[in-house]
Amino acid sequence: MSIPVIEARRLSKLFPVKGGFLGRSAGVVRAVDDVSFTIDQGQTLGLVGESGCGKTTTSKLVLGLEEPTGGSIRFEGKDLQELDAAGRRHYRKSVQAVFQDPFASLNPRMRVGAIIAEPLVTNESLPDADVRKRIAQLLELTGLPERAATLFPHEFSGGQRQRIAIARALALSPRLIVLDEPVSALDVSIRAQILNLLRDLQAQLGLSYLFIAHDLAAVAHMSHTIAVMYLGRLVESGEAGALSRAPKHPYTQALFSAALPSHPDERREEIILPGEVPSPLRPPSGCRFHPRCPQAMARCSTEEPQLRPLEGSFVACHLYD
Amino acid sequence: MSPLLEIRNLGVHYITARGARVNRAVDEVSLSLDAGETLGIVGESGSGKTTLALSLLRLLPTAARIVSGEVIFEGRDLLTLSDKEMRKVRGQRIAMILQDPLASLNPLFTIGNQVAEPLRVHEHASRKSAWARARELLRSVKIPAPEARVKEYPHQMSGGMRQRIVGAIGISCEPRLLIADEPTTSLDLTIQAQYLNLLRELQRAHGLALIFITHNLGIVAKMCDRVAVMYAGRMVEAGPVKEIFDAPAHPYTRALLESIPRMGDSRRRLTAIDGQPPDLAALPTGCAFHPRCPDVMERCREEAPPDVTVSPAHFGRCWLAVHAEPSRKA
Repeated sequence: MSIPVIEARRLSKLFPVKGGFLGRSAGVVRAVDDVSFTIDQGQTLGLVGESGCGKTTTSKLVLGLEEPTGGSIRFEGKDLQELDAAGRRHYRKSVQAVFQDPFASLNPRMRVGAIIAEPLVTNESLPDADVRKRIAQLLELTGLPERAATLFPHEFSGGQRQRIAIARALALSPRLIVLDEPVSALDVSIRAQILNLLRDLQAQLGLSYLFIAHDLAAVAHMSHTIAVMYLGRLVESGEAGALSRAPKHPYTQALFSAALPSHPDERREEIILPGEVPSPLRPPSGCRFHPRCPQAMARCSTEEPQLRPLEGSFVACHLYD
Repeated sequence: MSPLLEIRNLGVHYITARGARVNRAVDEVSLSLDAGETLGIVGESGSGKTTLALSLLRLLPTAARIVSGEVIFEGRDLLTLSDKEMRKVRGQRIAMILQDPLASLNPLFTIGNQVAEPLRVHEHASRKSAWARARELLRSVKIPAPEARVKEYPHQMSGGMRQRIVGAIGISCEPRLLIADEPTTSLDLTIQAQYLNLLRELQRAHGLALIFITHNLGIVAKMCDRVAVMYAGRMVEAGPVKEIFDAPAHPYTRALLESIPRMGDSRRRLTAIDGQPPDLAALPTGCAFHPRCPDVMERCREEAPPDVTVSPAHFGRCWLAVHAEPSRKA
């Protein structure tokens, strides 16, 4: 087995909440709590869960935009905390991101060529001719016309802007790209273009992806492995096909049963969860899902289930103890 | 029996200040809806689906002009009603749920006040009876502890709860038609499932007709009896949901269905639609979809295709459908 590109071990991120009299601490939000996963080279990890489950915080930890309060992230086998300045620079170059809204993520005052070249200019001292060559290469790779380099972002449609954002992410030849809802702001007829492009680039360049999205069918389509989060905890992870066909954790089951059908004849057994996701400031005791779980038992409210291997995947649920 | 709603040849244009640019936001749209039926109107941004819905309620922005057509609802043409008569239709006979519940609720008024308001206005209910009814309505949309919630403000609710409150306001005067414009796009998946089921329950309980405006074919598959597909302001196909999913007559519909990832066939390459939706101010000649159409023919570039009956309740607007026999399999 080769070394995974990213390995997160027992990762935690706590945010202190200030409030009340004179900014006294009002508690902590465990945005990410004891989460472990690996992403191998050329593979995609799909991260799913509802708002507030910690997906975005996890992606920020991976991008190095937040420091973990516990646990570690290893990049190509090396712990990020132990990297020297040169190592950290290398890491920042190797891990890039593409965000949801290509209207917000591109500077409207910069020409597309400059946008794509910016990471190159700030990170590497290349001669102008090489930068221009690289821009042309990146434009071609992402299916944009060469003359795009001289235009401004407003001259492009949403799908093309997302291609520009992808070209910029590719500029430094990264190992991993964090894709945070990369198609949800795009028109339906454009989404397939971008998903296909991402899969082609992965095959061509051996990229790894951390793919975050609400659309479960898109996640299942793009991912090799899927990890499901609920209130900061990982409740299940496993091979994408197996997990989406036969989810094991009651939350995953409810989540996938709530996914919309792709055909009117498709009738899934629907598990409608009562209530809503509780506040992460006061997560329920024991298993955090127990107040909404249709199969909750007595011990679920007292004892927190640990992530355990089960038939090739990992599940944190007392049902399988 | 005549349908509850019948739209005939509706055209809505957006006109700029000096009349220099005309956008045909809705063009030659005809469709009908029976009582208790659910219709999905699908399309991408700029396809005219929201303009179509707003013109039913005559809530169009000032730049918009209804240039042709009739909207017959319960036997009357809504486009010819006086403003006063129209106000009685809105909220009382036709209600609408918008995408963002926070924008549809007034942050300065209590929930009870806002749910009771249509009852006070339309049914001249007393404050006491309107508030009692408001509590009942909140219970029917499954808001826990409605007695306490009526006194609270929108910011104290979660997104799912707010959307259910908007639903409660929508059904407060027992309308015959509820128009939901992307009602669940701002909701999480499990909350979306709760909400869609709630809408279905309300529909059954009150015999409501529903129009879903959405870009999401999954919602159409789950909720709708019939679907109308819009592209660049025109209705390109309409018919029973199952028939359209099984045998779409228009290449755009077919391409949309094939471009969506499906659970369970992850290795299949998605069929992408080339290009992008056209600018309404500079529509292509002939069929508006022709520059992106995989089956484009010479005729498509010059002449707009007519409405073709594919099967009794299924219409397509494509030259292919004109040439093919009705039972053509896509």
